[in-house]
Amino acid sequence: MSAGTNKIAVTVTDVVPVNELVKRFRFVRADGGQLPTFSGGAHTVVEMRDGDTQRLNPYSLMSDPMDQSAYTISVRRDDQGRGGSLFMHNKVRPGDAMTISYPVNLFSLDLRARKHLMIAGGIGITPFLAQIKQLTAMNGRFELHYACRTPALGSYVDELTAKHPNNVHVYYDDQGQVIDLEHLLDGQPLGTHIYVCGPKGMIGWVRGKAAELGWPREAVHYEEFLAPQPGKPFEVKLAVSNKVIQVGENQSLLEAIEAAGVDAPYLCRGGACGQCETDVIGYDGKFIHRDHWLEDDQKAGGRKIMPCVSRFEGKTLVLDR
Amino acid sequence: MTIQFNEETFRDDYTFRNSDWAIKRFPFPFHEDSYMYSVNMEQHQGGPAGSVFEKRFDVDEHYVAEMKDRALVLAEDPLRCQSLPHMTLAGWDLLELIMVSKSEDYPDLFELHRDGNNWHWINRPMGIEQKFVFMDESTLPYGPMEYITRQAQGDFCVLDQRDDNLWMDAGMVTTQADWSLDFDIGMNFFEWHAPVPKAHEMGIFVRALKFLLNIQQGMPARRLNWTMTVNPLLDTSPENYHKWGVQKTTLTPENLGAKQHLRVELQTFFRLPRSNALVFPIRCYLISLEDLVTVPKWGRRLHRVIRDLPVELATYKGFIDNRPMILDYLAQHDDGLPTSDGIWPDLATEPPLSPS
Amino acid sequence: MSKFQFPESIKSRPVWGTLEPRAGKAHLMVADSEGAEALLDLAQADATLMARAHVIYIPRETGESYTVRLKELGAAQFYVGPSYEAAVPRLRRTLSDAHMGLQVYLTGTEGLMGQAMREAIEAGIPHSAIQTEHRGSIARRMQCVHCKGITDDVITDPFVCAHCGLNLFVRDHYSRRHAAYQGVCIDAEDPGNVPEPVRLYS
Repeated sequence: MSAGTNKIAVTVTDVVPVNELVKRFRFVRADGGQLPTFSGGAHTVVEMRDGDTQRLNPYSLMSDPMDQSAYTISVRRDDQGRGGSLFMHNKVRPGDAMTISYPVNLFSLDLRARKHLMIAGGIGITPFLAQIKQLTAMNGRFELHYACRTPALGSYVDELTAKHPNNVHVYYDDQGQVIDLEHLLDGQPLGTHIYVCGPKGMIGWVRGKAAELGWPREAVHYEEFLAPQPGKPFEVKLAVSNKVIQVGENQSLLEAIEAAGVDAPYLCRGGACGQCETDVIGYDGKFIHRDHWLEDDQKAGGRKIMPCVSRFEGKTLVLDR
Repeated sequence: MTIQFNEETFRDDYTFRNSDWAIKRFPFPFHEDSYMYSVNMEQHQGGPAGSVFEKRFDVDEHYVAEMKDRALVLAEDPLRCQSLPHMTLAGWDLLELIMVSKSEDYPDLFELHRDGNNWHWINRPMGIEQKFVFMDESTLPYGPMEYITRQAQGDFCVLDQRDDNLWMDAGMVTTQADWSLDFDIGMNFFEWHAPVPKAHEMGIFVRALKFLLNIQQGMPARRLNWTMTVNPLLDTSPENYHKWGVQKTTLTPENLGAKQHLRVELQTFFRLPRSNALVFPIRCYLISLEDLVTVPKWGRRLHRVIRDLPVELATYKGFIDNRPMILDYLAQHDDGLPTSDGIWPDLATEPPLSPS
Repeated sequence: MSKFQFPESIKSRPVWGTLEPRAGKAHLMVADSEGAEALLDLAQADATLMARAHVIYIPRETGESYTVRLKELGAAQFYVGPSYEAAVPRLRRTLSDAHMGLQVYLTGTEGLMGQAMREAIEAGIPHSAIQTEHRGSIARRMQCVHCKGITDDVITDPFVCAHCGLNLFVRDHYSRRHAAYQGVCIDAEDPGNVPEPVRLYS
């Protein structure tokens, strides 16, 4: 089964600049019907047809999970990326028809938690926007600590602080404000769960500090979707389907497999969920593993690759697809 | 078609019967002449018209009687339905899934009218009409999971998903194949399956869990499981085993065809949207061996499966002591002819039993 | 010797570990009987732990054998109780005030570890983050699946349910929520045919 293949045809109704780096997109169902409800922390995979290239990028749903009339996402422009966010920023207009996946949640709330302690960095705020709406409706206890570069780049700060003045704490890098993590993690009641979404460094910092202070691993949740990075083109042989495909500079290996008409499973497309794990049958060259699914010894072993974010440089690569 | 609901019992006088319609659509679980564990999952996106796979939640002639039996079990032992506190949201998810599915799939039997959160539910076979506020527990006579599963055939396990595992944190379990919700509630996928022999060593549960964790909204899955039960007893619970266990010793060569039943579970799996939980309905279908052998292919095949089943499995499924007698009966319905692939009865193409 | 090597079993049967010092500002230690030996070993592994530790100890049949040595470890709080049931209110009070980062160490009989673990889980600590070490008696806490009554310190298989009187066989299937193994009627299919009880693991 190829998970995530249940698609929804949608129409873009609004494209709203949030600040100089972030735009918000609102989708309604093309057939006028209701969208599925979802759980806070879920993402949707947005399909982008940019000329001959097709990209599928995951974005966290930030709208109210109970609101079936529309979904909203926020996209941060990445000028160095492969062009997915640039396509969303520069090409997508209200009225455009697009295809998105059913919601998938790899960053859900632990509903047993006595308290939800959320730590966000930059655009990592988006899953929390939906989770906070869900928790507010359920009278759940939460606290958000949100680090942004500058007030001008603080997406949704005003909305959050106006609605939840006692639960939301904002830190601006340019004003030298830093989350006092040690103090924050010390003295939280038993049954508190931490959720962190932001840059890799922030996730490592929070996980490390929590472990140092004796927090159980199961109480620390994180989501880090890696955007696939561009790289040198390479050639791959797909043994099962007996095809030789080319992976372009701005294309991921997974996208190239899909473009060749070969069905490959996926969920997150960001190196996190493990769903697209693919067996390597043979290779001559070196892997550029970028996922955080495979263990280090698996990465060194040369028998597995996560085609959503990882690449290859060398003469030959044969995959079990 | 409009279903004629049977008046029948699953205890005491055991008046349970399958009509010809129910026999022909019985979910026979063996696609070949032998059986071993496998992760035999497939998409649950409909099936042949009239089959038990066609609708999201199959309703058949036993519906009303099964719900009466469930009410009796719950009156005697309320612990058969439990939901840990964090599973209430999943209960609402399940209530919505069942009400929406049944009202769409059986509009002549069930109606759901929604005006925002003000819902109006009509269940004609059970004579229930309920107006309530969605997500407000105080407007229903039971919690949402219990309310709707008192009106839906089969057991329901509601599984929380966290730490890359599934947790049996809520359920309505009154037609079980000898396992206790009260004991297993709160266990993870490997723990509640711990007593199953062999399958752990075969890696079955690791693969099955991986599959289930990735079931997404809009992509439900299903599989069949089976065991054997003496008498059409739905409530084969460990709680009451000291009462029903002795019934296994009442089989004789004369009554076996009527008393010994093949018990098949249609297991389905749906992702629940608001809670990200997974619901695992386990629908039980019973058929007496004398009804089953009216389909020649099934008679031949069941004989071969039961004959060749490893001892551990026959023990686990609870019929090791009766197996010789069951085989004597089934052997009379196996003439050694080959059988067609797949689970369907193939009445038009498979030959009748050769005279011996 | 108070240690016992349990044979490998099914996946619901708890696997007890060996206590080791862990990072954390507060340490809660609950022990009964020979579990005291595991606490003495733990304190030896890291003497600094005890200054931040709350020890709850139920000596049971070991009487005074360990209490003096345990007291000398210098725990911040040291309590000796007459029974587990008597210690429960204190345990709950301690957990209700505790913070994330609390380390929990349970040692002694399976019944003690299971019941104290249930309290810690209820308070919000994942079961896998709770350390355990079995010492002393191998008797089990059993739930009768029929009447739901708990029989403590079961040492034979089969045994008689202390509540309903049925003859039950001892399964390895274990519930953390009940802190008990499952007992199932042994003569349901042949009433009256009850095998002679045998000591567990003999």
